[in-house]
Amino acid sequence: MRHLLGIADLSADDIDHLLVLADSFAEVGRRRMPKVPALQGRTVTWLFYEDSTRTRLSFEQAAKRLSADTLSFSVSTSSVRKGESLRDTVETIEAMGVDCIVVRHRSAGVPHQIARWVSASVVNAGDGWHEHPTQALLDCYTIREHLGGLDGLRIAIVGDVKHSRVARSDAWAFTTMGAEVTLVAPPTLLPPSTEGWPVRVSHDIDATLGEVDVVYLLRMQQERMTEALIPSLREYTACYGLTRRRVDQLGEKAIVMHPGPMNRGVEIAADVADLPRSVVIDQVRNGVAVRMAVLFELLGSGRREGDR
Amino acid sequence: MKSIVIRGGEVVDASGSRRADVLVEDGRIAAVADDGSSLAADVELDAGGCVVAPGLVDLHAHLRQPGKEEAETVETGARAAALGGFTCVLAMPNTTPAIDSAGVAREVLELGRRACCEVRAAGAITVGRAGTQLAPMAELADLGVRFFTDDGDGVQDGRLMRRALEYARGLGVTLAQHCEDTVLSAGGAMNEGATSARLGIPGQPAEAEEVMVLRDVALARLTGGRVHFQHLSTRRSVAMVAAAKAEGLPVTCEATPHHLALTDERCASYDPVFKVNPPLRTADDVAAVRAGLADGTIDCIATDHAPHAPETKEQPFDEAPPGMLGLETALAVALTHLELPIAGVLALLSWRPAAVIGAADAHGVVAQGRPAHLCVVDPTASWTVEPERLASRSRNTPYAGMTLTGRVRHTVYAGEAVVVDAEAQR
Repeated sequence: MRHLLGIADLSADDIDHLLVLADSFAEVGRRRMPKVPALQGRTVTWLFYEDSTRTRLSFEQAAKRLSADTLSFSVSTSSVRKGESLRDTVETIEAMGVDCIVVRHRSAGVPHQIARWVSASVVNAGDGWHEHPTQALLDCYTIREHLGGLDGLRIAIVGDVKHSRVARSDAWAFTTMGAEVTLVAPPTLLPPSTEGWPVRVSHDIDATLGEVDVVYLLRMQQERMTEALIPSLREYTACYGLTRRRVDQLGEKAIVMHPGPMNRGVEIAADVADLPRSVVIDQVRNGVAVRMAVLFELLGSGRREGDR
Repeated sequence: MKSIVIRGGEVVDASGSRRADVLVEDGRIAAVADDGSSLAADVELDAGGCVVAPGLVDLHAHLRQPGKEEAETVETGARAAALGGFTCVLAMPNTTPAIDSAGVAREVLELGRRACCEVRAAGAITVGRAGTQLAPMAELADLGVRFFTDDGDGVQDGRLMRRALEYARGLGVTLAQHCEDTVLSAGGAMNEGATSARLGIPGQPAEAEEVMVLRDVALARLTGGRVHFQHLSTRRSVAMVAAAKAEGLPVTCEATPHHLALTDERCASYDPVFKVNPPLRTADDVAAVRAGLADGTIDCIATDHAPHAPETKEQPFDEAPPGMLGLETALAVALTHLELPIAGVLALLSWRPAAVIGAADAHGVVAQGRPAHLCVVDPTASWTVEPERLASRSRNTPYAGMTLTGRVRHTVYAGEAVVVDAEAQR
């Protein structure tokens, strides 16, 4: 694997391979000295054009546990503000000698563009509304950890699918791994078309909850109201929020997931977020092991200078 | 001025097709002879296996001067045009400043006088193309401007468009519209649909174009003013113009080479070279555009040649400016993708657009005594588009690496061989 640009490029075997690799790095994480020299001498840089706390920290922790060197690029203080083109920025960074560029950008496709311009590996850490592949991998890992696997599971992804890179990557990943996915949202928060997506669509969360093994809630953003996509957060919560009452419709083993940061009281009730069946903290924990697996797969022993 | 004889070709124009040699002297066609063995001239141009056609006419070229000379100039744009077989281009007014006054129009026309094809100027409908106040159309019409458009920004205000059409009717000029309701299209960087949903690129619906086509058909009916619809891209837009024509309304329209050749699937590369406005649409829309060109609903092919400096296309897809090069590839793209006889393709690129802008007196005919604006086309030559070899100052062709069939061998403009053997002569 040269780059990780999106889940859509991966087969079930590819995903499975990364999850198995993540198992061994999760084991590293449990050691008293949770660090291995696998990527010694390798340099990973963060190119985050959009605010991010957890993804950035998670990648940083993953790289450090693999003994990679890291370089940070802060957009707010850089020449990007001075009108430099994306390509010039990226080529400048590569010239300093980096092996991997982890990129987040508010525009879809930026990681794909960068991959065409540089010889370093590119990891998509979220591009616009498009994909967030490491999130989907850690979500698969977390589901597998709690429910044994994904094949045959029924998963509801609830909320603002239209603007969500997590929803796209998860929908591809879950269905590739054999799960059945239902997108639950008002029509205004669904993509303009789901033609060709291997999913079902519902506008009724209450009709869906009783049948699912996983409820995956998406973050509801305040600005969606000003875009006339929903009348109010209050109405959204009434129709689509995972309230205490709704949680009781879930099967005994069903789990609740969220990519964070949560809006308690909007898409998820505060007391629901803290239930044992809510695995949000496990998602965050697993993110480090999964990102170690991704960085190792792209830069580790399987890939040396000759591969470039 | 050197005389020229074009030998061994098949002359094709609106009057039909015949084997003939063409003698050009003093800027005019001196003879069209089926047996040209007696014709002698300073320069011989070989047209063996080729079609000798009237020069092509483009109703939609962005030459970027004044204001964006790093992307294109009148000189380089006209050279690109000549290489594409064009002998007349209509320069769009979205320059900086806009062509909304006699001063700017004079500057563009003056630059055009030294160029290697005829450069006509379209004027802006509103001052600064801002959509609020009418531009001095009469002042511009006095300089010969016959076509007005706020291209790139359709006139959003229906009342203003109504008044503009009424005023234009008094001057006998045509208003051309880039149809896009910018409230409906806001934020969209490609066609909205299954492809945009998958790619996560914000879309603009076909309806953003269609509601303005609908409105302006209605305003043509209300005012009797002539409306030319620019770069139609959707099935329903084509159908609405067909219905308006059937009703007898004074409307014409154009389609671009890219809307007849490429679909929105091209955006899957996230390469902003495929970003254009109106956006590339679905295969169904492409089929409708081709059908509209074949049945005459769409009057002509216009390039919407829109050069952008390379660094501006090396930005994220949704931040990059829309637009693609077109002048050097238009004829070949049309010949490659349209299932029409060559005379049908030439009609769409030469005599029909000439008629739309009232240039049929100078362009579109190969006949003795007419101005010598000609192109010689080898319809079977295949070639691969190499961006570095284009004459445009910019490189944003969506056809890079593609092999096209049909190539301009020679272009004669005002009696001068400006392109010989596919090489620009100046």
